[in-house]
Amino acid sequence: MVITVASGKGGTGKTTVSTSLTFAVSSIKSVSHVDLDVEEPDSNIFLKVPIQREEMIWLPLPTVDYSKCTFCGVCQRVCEYNAIFVFKNNKEVKVFGELCRGCGACTAMCPYGAISEIQRFIGVFSYGKRGNISFYEGRLNIGEYVATDAIRWVKKRLSEINTSDITIIDAPPGTSCPVIHSMKDADYIILVTEDTPFGFFDMKLAYKVAKKMDKKMGIIINKALSGYDEIRNFAKEEDIPILMEIPFDRKFAKSYADGITLSAYSDELKNKFLDVFSYIEKEVHNA
Amino acid sequence: MLELAVVSGKGGTGKTTFTASLAALVKNKVLVDADVDAPDLHILLKATKEQEVPFYGMKKARIVQEKCISCGICKQVCRFSAIDVIDGRYVVDQVACEGCKLCFRKCPRKAIVMEDSLSGHWYVSNTPYGKMAHGILEVGEENSGKLVTIIRKQGMFLAQKEKADYVIIDGPPGIGCPVNSTITGLKYAIVITEPTQSGLSDLERLLDLMEHFNVLPFVVINKYDLSPSKSEEIKEYASKRGAKVKGLIPFDETVVKALSEGRPVVQYAPNSQVSLKIKEIWASIEAEISPS
Repeated sequence: MVITVASGKGGTGKTTVSTSLTFAVSSIKSVSHVDLDVEEPDSNIFLKVPIQREEMIWLPLPTVDYSKCTFCGVCQRVCEYNAIFVFKNNKEVKVFGELCRGCGACTAMCPYGAISEIQRFIGVFSYGKRGNISFYEGRLNIGEYVATDAIRWVKKRLSEINTSDITIIDAPPGTSCPVIHSMKDADYIILVTEDTPFGFFDMKLAYKVAKKMDKKMGIIINKALSGYDEIRNFAKEEDIPILMEIPFDRKFAKSYADGITLSAYSDELKNKFLDVFSYIEKEVHNA
Repeated sequence: MLELAVVSGKGGTGKTTFTASLAALVKNKVLVDADVDAPDLHILLKATKEQEVPFYGMKKARIVQEKCISCGICKQVCRFSAIDVIDGRYVVDQVACEGCKLCFRKCPRKAIVMEDSLSGHWYVSNTPYGKMAHGILEVGEENSGKLVTIIRKQGMFLAQKEKADYVIIDGPPGIGCPVNSTITGLKYAIVITEPTQSGLSDLERLLDLMEHFNVLPFVVINKYDLSPSKSEEIKEYASKRGAKVKGLIPFDETVVKALSEGRPVVQYAPNSQVSLKIKEIWASIEAEISPS
């Protein structure tokens, strides 16, 4: 079973919820936690799993064999990302790695077989295990554009090595491609929102994505306040369960600042997360 | 005229709250919301749309079923796993397609067409604080960097028209493509961080990125009193990196209340500790930058 924790808006408490859920579940069975927020992976600040292995995340990058190249310009013409330029006069082909998506068009279309591919390092995939928690993380290199490609790489690698029955995914914020890739395999999606018009507006965007993908989902309201009812009304209208409300409380903000999951901070909250988990388990298995 | 972006790395540190307060404080400016993934500034500033323009990103592939002979070459060559076989028919997954055209070029029956896909919209709006350029991506679209570039250009255009001194940009979270598009070519950006381990580790990545683009950071630590020791650590880190810390803002429920009311905090509670601090921070930043 795969549970993806998503939010739309950044900073609403995705990582708080996903790590607290992982921590709670790990008290009863083994669980995999995957941090797919490759631009800012923060889960392990809370889970503190020692990293045992690191692998290179890479994309294929064209390289030119000048003994075969005639500077005909086909590679430049077929590249949709403006990542390869042919300078006929200088007899040079320049590849701009940071623009290249590794689609392979230039390699496949070169009439002279002059292009082959090397590996371009775009990030680091790391994993480790502590007690019942198996932890996986993708981390994009600074200045890289290709979050989606890094996520695709991590997911492929996970399909080879992650054998756990329960996987909890910490998704990136937003509603664009990387988020969709993080939701694609989910059996259940937890939408985390804060109790403000911002949180609500962005959660609706994430909700639209999940609904379009026909996913089961529930809402967790973080930093809950009284007096703002729109999220609760929306949940009622759309018939989405509110799984939990985490009160707006300085204590919780502080436990976050100190890098402690809510489940480690309080047994009461840990039990609430376990209730949420068993509810989701039932929902998924009744499908 | 000077473009000034408010960025954060980590989401939820208070970027939009701070930008909205600048909207109320800074005289003679136009506003830009460069977060096209989860835009919020228009809600807080009660923007009314004046102009709406569709945004087309990359063309995407579609397989014309009548011509397809199910040879499978497209699926073989696609590196993005964007071709699915459903009930024996080859179809393109529009979300996964990155528009590289390799399937289009390799199809022996010319059964693949490349089509425009609506990727989002951009807007020019009126707010009580001046003109604003913003946009939103369609669900599941990429190319946010391209849309951000368009919106920034639109902001500059508005600023010239309005003879504004500043373009204030509310940035997206993260350090990826849209952030690169937001800060590239800027002289200064304000970085809002918070005293948490995630805040610090995201700040490190963001400062690396800004160094890469040669943008000068002004650091503001929001909710600093949640962890005075972490705030101290961030201050030390920032000064080690040569980034100026321009001020510390206390944690205050007034901010959340102002948000729920849909007003910038400096207007909702002008004499609160938070508001006084934000005014002080802006005065100190403005003293250092001179728009030309």
